Amino acid sequence: MKIADKNTKAVDLVRAALEKAKEYEDYHAFISMNEAHALERAREIDAKIERGEPVGRLAGVPYALKDNFSSPQGHTTAAAKMLEDYPSPITATAVAKIEAEGAIMIGRTNLDAYAHGGSTENSYFGPTSNAYDKERVAGGSSGGSAVAVALDIVPFALGSDTGGSIRQPASFNGVVGVKPTYGTVSRYGVVAMASSTDTMGCFAKNVEDANLVMSIMAGRDEKDSTTLADFWTKDLTEATPKQKKIALIKDSIGEGIDPEVKSAIENYASKLKKAGYTVEEIDMPILKYALAIYYIVVPAEIASNLSRYDGIRYGLRSSEAKNLDSVYNMTRDEGFMPENKRRIMIGNFVLSSGFFDAYYLKAQKARTLLIDAYNKAFEKYDALLCPVAPRPAFKIGENTSDPLQMYLEDVMTVPASLAGLPAMSVPAGKSKSGLPIGAQLVGPRQSDQILLNIAASVEDK
Amino acid sequence: MSITREDVLHLAELSSISLDESQIEPLIKDLDNIVNYFSQLDELNTENVEPTYQCFDMQNVWREDNIVDFEAKREDLLALTTESEDNQIKVPKVL
Repeated sequence: MKIADKNTKAVDLVRAALEKAKEYEDYHAFISMNEAHALERAREIDAKIERGEPVGRLAGVPYALKDNFSSPQGHTTAAAKMLEDYPSPITATAVAKIEAEGAIMIGRTNLDAYAHGGSTENSYFGPTSNAYDKERVAGGSSGGSAVAVALDIVPFALGSDTGGSIRQPASFNGVVGVKPTYGTVSRYGVVAMASSTDTMGCFAKNVEDANLVMSIMAGRDEKDSTTLADFWTKDLTEATPKQKKIALIKDSIGEGIDPEVKSAIENYASKLKKAGYTVEEIDMPILKYALAIYYIVVPAEIASNLSRYDGIRYGLRSSEAKNLDSVYNMTRDEGFMPENKRRIMIGNFVLSSGFFDAYYLKAQKARTLLIDAYNKAFEKYDALLCPVAPRPAFKIGENTSDPLQMYLEDVMTVPASLAGLPAMSVPAGKSKSGLPIGAQLVGPRQSDQILLNIAASVEDK
Repeated sequence: MSITREDVLHLAELSSISLDESQIEPLIKDLDNIVNYFSQLDELNTENVEPTYQCFDMQNVWREDNIVDFEAKREDLLALTTESEDNQIKVPKVL
């Protein structure tokens, strides 16, 4: 990516990004633009460069911010009516770190409200179009960020990934998407979805840029007690895998998988072989249960996290409500999208007495079995290879009448989330009709840079 | 397990969401489909398996009990509410 210096003005980089965003306005990648403030920051950075002062590793680089990250600029809406007019009084740690290195936020990107969804169709502000076919979904929930990078509006964008929300839109739009190990990047200031699987990552055009952005965001933060000490410290060329062995998950390219996705993954496997890796097929039968586990555990955490939206302290308060109970009930009816309500209600179902053991506890035990299976696989392999999604981007409106069908689109991405593992989505070709297809690499905890090293070794330059 | 109308009404109450009639019917069908999908977990033997609530087995991350300045000021936070008075958030009558 282009960094501002004596010859490249930050103002020009930012202006070009803003113009492109306007040119592609009809894709609806952005919820709001940050034009005036972005240009002001660019001028400040240019002045610093002029004076010979340090400006950071991302000086003047325009970026797009998923609209569930808090920042003092504009509203942090999470694409929900509940937060439509919410000016966050805080700054997410990830945003603070990126901006301390000179990056400039040009706008806030669209998502499924509260990041609940895999298509960006659940946004209160309407869907985002796929960068390669306007009739198709951007993927989600970080659809706007993926499309902003795919359309070359910005060289990188921030996103959050709870069950695939970075990887799947990256795959649908042919860009690199990084979902780091749980705890790599602080969750502070990002609208909470599911606390045990929420991760913050990024989209970029290539592995090198993604590595740079992640290395800046990673690290321990006192404001998020689950963050890990910074391990994103290597030069990418030094983050080499020990065994040079990768397992292709057989079931993941079996029944129910689009044949073009299957051949893209097989093709990616042969590229890895040519690059000197041993690729072997393995079975991991437990993976097929991950979706059921996920849609028990995550809604339970959603029900808990979203109980804070009560119409009292911030966000929407229903104007119809006449007493305290109706403030809660009517505000939550008006402020949430149907998918938010479904997830909250499923969460309260699996947590309620009489069902807790049969669903929630059972799922958390099954989660242990899933983690054990991963640990066993990583004794022999550096990474696991599988598709990101069973098929390329689907049509807008195709899945909206059947929530379960929409959940099934997440089948490939949720397992790594439940185990807290790093997982990367990298471009692996296109379908005959020109839709991008991504390959997914999953590795042991904190092997994030090794996964990127592997991806870089077969990246199309 | 099948989700009934009463279940949906009960869950709406637990969730503090008022639902009008047009939302109830689709929720019965959708929640029923989703909950039935969960039943496949019965195929897994989880006897003597410990549950995982946190992937890294992190527990009780402590810090010193010192006052740390929060980045937002009291007036910024109070400005976010619909109504406030004398540094207090006002709510409608409870009864």
